[in-house]
Amino acid sequence: MSSASPDTLTLNARRAVLAYVGVTIVVVALMMLLGLLLRLSQAQILVLPPDLFYQIMTAHGIGMVGIAGLGGAAIMWYFLSQYVKLNTSILAANLVLFLVGVVFILGAIFLGGFAGAWTFLFPLPARPLGAWSTGAAAAYLIGVLLVGVGFLLFYLDTAWAILVKYGSLGRALGWPQLIGRDDGAAPPPTVVASTVVSVINILSIVVGAVILTVCLVNLYVPEFAVDALLAKNLIFFFGHVFINAAIYMTVIAVFEILPRYAGRPWPSTRVFLAAWTATMIMVLIVYPHHLLMDFAMPVWALVLGQVISYASGLPVLAVTMIGTLAIVYRSGLRWDMVSGLLFLSVFGWAAGVLPAIIDATIVANSVMHNTLWVPGHFHFYLVLGLVAMLLAFAYHLAKSRGGLQRHGLDALSFWTFAVAGLGLAGTFLLSGRHSIPRRWAVHLPEWVPYDRIGSLFAALVVAAVLVFTVRFLTRLGAMARPA
Amino acid sequence: MVQGIAWQVTVVLVVLVALAFLFVARRASERSDYEPIKSKASRTRGIVFWALVLVSAAVIAVSLAHLPYAARAGGSDAVEVIRAAGHQWRWELSKTEVVAGKPVEFHVTGADVNHGFGIYDPQLRLVAQTQAMPGYTNVLRHTFAQPGTYRILCLEYCGLAHHAMMSELTVLASE
Repeated sequence: MSSASPDTLTLNARRAVLAYVGVTIVVVALMMLLGLLLRLSQAQILVLPPDLFYQIMTAHGIGMVGIAGLGGAAIMWYFLSQYVKLNTSILAANLVLFLVGVVFILGAIFLGGFAGAWTFLFPLPARPLGAWSTGAAAAYLIGVLLVGVGFLLFYLDTAWAILVKYGSLGRALGWPQLIGRDDGAAPPPTVVASTVVSVINILSIVVGAVILTVCLVNLYVPEFAVDALLAKNLIFFFGHVFINAAIYMTVIAVFEILPRYAGRPWPSTRVFLAAWTATMIMVLIVYPHHLLMDFAMPVWALVLGQVISYASGLPVLAVTMIGTLAIVYRSGLRWDMVSGLLFLSVFGWAAGVLPAIIDATIVANSVMHNTLWVPGHFHFYLVLGLVAMLLAFAYHLAKSRGGLQRHGLDALSFWTFAVAGLGLAGTFLLSGRHSIPRRWAVHLPEWVPYDRIGSLFAALVVAAVLVFTVRFLTRLGAMARPA
Repeated sequence: MVQGIAWQVTVVLVVLVALAFLFVARRASERSDYEPIKSKASRTRGIVFWALVLVSAAVIAVSLAHLPYAARAGGSDAVEVIRAAGHQWRWELSKTEVVAGKPVEFHVTGADVNHGFGIYDPQLRLVAQTQAMPGYTNVLRHTFAQPGTYRILCLEYCGLAHHAMMSELTVLASE
């Protein structure tokens, strides 16, 4: 069982982690408010002009992806620092670069009018038909680059610290125990997951930086262009790996905290080690499932995208889900916000993977790609999975370090979040089942009833998250005080 | 039909996963020895793993027999070819009338940025799609089952009037 505790961190390190978590919780709440505005507009309850709708859509997308990475980084750093020696200055530098990048991005969107979607699909940033200036597009790309540079420093530090402690990536992944005799000395789950994340995200960020730089140069030198299909491959490789890595970082909270509640260990068994090594490989090669409707792609790559999508569900469903259920079953566990949110998060991740796999089936993708089915599955595992893990970690800190007590609102806010989160994702999925396209500012009258139901669930999720946010922020001062 | 199956399968699987979590949650506060639970979980994991492998293999085998990429292989039996180009923010179609029951090939490209060529039937159901990319021509083959007024909607975000990018395609009854 882990001995991870905030008391083993230096005061500066603890404050840096708290800054990460504080920024994360506030930004998640704000981005959810933006998401609610988008749904209300589609529902014709609070109609936004299309330019503002698409600006908000761009901010909501990049904001959620970025903050998922930042919150995940906080969880990973907090627990990994118990096992390897990490650099607090780099942790702080990542946050500073993140915030500077956010200023560029917000300026590009809300001052410059940039509305190229968070995916900045080449060549759209350079061809807005007068909707935004070259400077606005450049500011957006520079902002994302700055955020990426910060994360690259962060992962280089974690990878270096892991190498110093374990000698090689293979040892940190537990390969000697996986392939040879299991001597029981495999690295703990946090180290294994952190190694996987460090490897895949160094690769994803480097690839992301390449395409961001190409797009940036193209803004000012149009002759310097890249093949649109190659650009799409690079963007989706970067985006897919980065958001998956965010989930792999946040699930470390489950590995570390849930065993303490249950009084049962979460060891690095051979099955666990095999699952994470397989995950590391699969997450790097599965991204063509985003390109299934790009008929110009090699067919083998698209088939690979489907097959690996199915295979990549196995570690989540057969290892993490069953591991969680086994640890909790008849353990004498006491439910509170931390244990409840952690348990919910594994449900959200495991169940949300199912419609994602269905979407990765080429025949289904033919009639569901870029419909609301897509936000349906990713809101499922991001809201009920990743965000629930982030909130559980925040409550864990507030409880263990800030003296947060139980409150009458806890049960109400928890169940509101869980049920409304399910309703939010379910409404998106049902809308996708009825072919409603995603990323449309104005919906046809036939689609509006679904949007109204979705808006109601979105409002309830926002209300619950605002309660979580206030509860966390009220204990922030206590958490930051010297011991 | 595919959308309906996808929805029903998702609902059934999510409910099954939810029931497993609710069952365990209700028994979490009870206490018993962990070793027998671990053994049972290990057996369950093996069963779940192999069940998923078998079901996945079967679904993959069946579904890969119906890929939409057949038109790339050549030897087209299409009687009608329609060239479609996506522009910000309109579709340019070489022809806007086809006949039901006869294969049609859409040769789709993007004139400026990425677009998505989505064909919606008169009931607003998405029946086929492909991406419209600058520098590429994607060939989508489709046979319209029913006559009526179909709509071409853009399914890839392409800028501020993306949602207004709609055209109509008339499918005539076969003689």
